[in-house]
Amino acid sequence: MIRVQQADFDPGAELEQLTAHCAGRAGAVASFTGLVRDLNEGAAVSRLVLEHYPGMTEKVLEALAAQAMTRWQLLDAVIIHRVGPLEPGDRIVFVAAASAHRKDAFRACEYMIDTLKTDAPFWKQEDTPEGRRWVAAREN
Amino acid sequence: MVQLRFFASLRETLGTGEELLELPDGITTVAQLTAWLQTRGTAWQQALADRRLHTAVNQSVVRADAPVQDGDEIAWFPPVTGG
Repeated sequence: MIRVQQADFDPGAELEQLTAHCAGRAGAVASFTGLVRDLNEGAAVSRLVLEHYPGMTEKVLEALAAQAMTRWQLLDAVIIHRVGPLEPGDRIVFVAAASAHRKDAFRACEYMIDTLKTDAPFWKQEDTPEGRRWVAAREN
Repeated sequence: MVQLRFFASLRETLGTGEELLELPDGITTVAQLTAWLQTRGTAWQQALADRRLHTAVNQSVVRADAPVQDGDEIAWFPPVTGG
């Protein structure tokens, strides 16, 4: 299940839903929640705006969840990413995986968030005391 | 017609996010279309010369030698920074 949305999400509710969906079969549910930091590249960040490529974003996230399902023994995978204006402390991204065993759940979560960062068409623009700037991609 | 799309800093530099274009005669690849757009002036020439830019055809990332044809949606964008 993937979602791209402006609104906040509730990690607890998402985990509960994932757990209920795999009740009895799942021995492990792992998740990662990404938050907006108040400092980036040495500058205080007061606000963040996330732009994305509607249509392609959903396709990439669907493919990513499907890849995780085939690479590891998962019962279900979840990816949620927010777009639009965000503030420090806000939740920005959530990935979760349910599996019979913890290793598959952990590794699938790491794979989904790592690959999302390099492949999913999102761009961050941040407000700092020096003005508005596009966040530069990491070289690696 | 092809649908062109530009995102993030590139959209700001070019002053446009999308455009419908009659595919010019002789243009069959992304690289050729990029070069054709660069003849529009200095801003286009410089912005599209950035080697870090990614291109997508019909919402899948492709290399510069990928084919383009009538009806395609072609996008240019800087490296992604989500998550």
